Amino acid sequence: MNLTGENLLRELAPQVLGAVIRRFGDFSAAEDAVQEALLAAAMQWPEEGVPDNPRGWLIHVAARRMTDHIRAELARRRRETIVMMQAPPDQQVSPAPDSGVATDQDDTLILLFMCCHPALTRPSAIALTLRAAGGLTTAEIGNAFLVPEATMAQRISRAKQRIKSSGVPFRMPSDRERAERLSAVLHVLYLIFNEGYASSIGPNLQRSDLANEAIRLTRAVHNLLPDEGEVAGLLALMLLTDARRAARTDPDGALIPLDQQDRTLWDRNAISEGIELISATLSKGSIGAYQLQAAIAAVHDEAARAEDTDWPQILALYGLLKRMSDNPMVALNHAIAAAMVHGPPAGLELLKALDTDGRLAGHYRLDAVRAHLLEMAGDREAAIAHYRGAAQETKSIPERDYLMTKAARLAASPP
Amino acid sequence: MKFMLMMHAPRGEGDWAVSKWPAEDLEAHIAFMRRLNKELTDAGELAGAEGLAGPAQAKIVRAGKGGAPEVTDGPFPEAKEFLAGYWIVDCESEERAYHIAARASAAPGPGGTPLKIPIEVREVMSAPAAEM
Repeated sequence: MNLTGENLLRELAPQVLGAVIRRFGDFSAAEDAVQEALLAAAMQWPEEGVPDNPRGWLIHVAARRMTDHIRAELARRRRETIVMMQAPPDQQVSPAPDSGVATDQDDTLILLFMCCHPALTRPSAIALTLRAAGGLTTAEIGNAFLVPEATMAQRISRAKQRIKSSGVPFRMPSDRERAERLSAVLHVLYLIFNEGYASSIGPNLQRSDLANEAIRLTRAVHNLLPDEGEVAGLLALMLLTDARRAARTDPDGALIPLDQQDRTLWDRNAISEGIELISATLSKGSIGAYQLQAAIAAVHDEAARAEDTDWPQILALYGLLKRMSDNPMVALNHAIAAAMVHGPPAGLELLKALDTDGRLAGHYRLDAVRAHLLEMAGDREAAIAHYRGAAQETKSIPERDYLMTKAARLAASPP
Repeated sequence: MKFMLMMHAPRGEGDWAVSKWPAEDLEAHIAFMRRLNKELTDAGELAGAEGLAGPAQAKIVRAGKGGAPEVTDGPFPEAKEFLAGYWIVDCESEERAYHIAARASAAPGPGGTPLKIPIEVREVMSAPAAEM
């Protein structure tokens, strides 16, 4: 094990939790017990050294906490019979949690399937995934989402109750359900990454801890399911996007758009890994939306200068993506690519369809993109008006500052 | 002691008077606000700060039939200013809170002249004193 203590604990957390749930069947209590065991390890291991079998140590401690918890419960409801097992009877016979059956790896996956269950709201799924599979503390998750710790604790505890009452067994989804459940997991991981990469609220543009956690978890899923194209696609997309992190903001925290970033600051290792991953995946056949987005990110990252960007290829990829998903944001980016290849009027023409679409009504991105294309077309006054409109619509302070500055600079430039 | 510092920005044409400022003045203003937040964070005094979306997006909500929300675009009190955002600072005295408010009030405006924006300072009510 050449992992540092913290990484080792994060790696083991979902496996240990899986083993404890398998034995006791109570997701909610097991999760608390495992958190306590992780805390004990974090306190003791640096002092006394990592035990020979760290996973076994954690399971042992967590199981002891579970037993204590059950005893306390029994004492509290002396005359009641407790049905400890939430699992159906056919699953009550389970291997001893530390018998070393080859399920450790599966446990991480099953846990993710459980945390991202469709019965949960998205904020709940995100919080639960970070806490149970990511091993973040409630305080850390609360911080990341700028809500008080007590609120986050409540959100997590309600999510656990929800899983308990829905009676989802702790096992792999059936083949019939699997594709849908996997796409739910990928969506939650994508949202966590996005939240970390382009925080949509508050003054912080980047909360990199969340982006790192999303990459770590996606990497784990990719290692477990190496043949799933969309998993590889999502991991590549995250790596290729996150590679630009250092160039996205200036020292004051102001936003720097892609075409003005200092590309020497991009993380070459992340780019190579992402490109390698997406190239290998695209050659395998069935192509999904994450893979296409990763391919687009790769084209951007491959250009040494903004003017070297292969826009015809990006336009073609957005064309494919647009046919695959009915997402207005995709249509918006498609319009930008069209403007870069065929000139701004072509892009502005495509934006007209979005005006009637309704889903982007009042969304700042539509105004911001229109302003950008009008500026390209040389229509200064209209561009200024739309930049100002977008500045009033955005809910992000860095975005607002950027858009207002853009309008002011344009107004100051000679016509 | 916690205080809420509320910044009441002047209404311009549309919501933000600042959107008509010259570019360099706007950039100086933005940089000043960023620096102020960083200073307060570094001093360990910033407990929270949020900017609010413009008044054009504000709604008035009342309980309607059966408690269902009844949402309207007003009426709002006629005012030359609107609440643009707030800081919550956790500092050792009222004087210190006033000092921070004065700093915020002096944010640069057109031509770099301090704006002297009115900042409303209100103490945040706290938990009851601990019984010793």
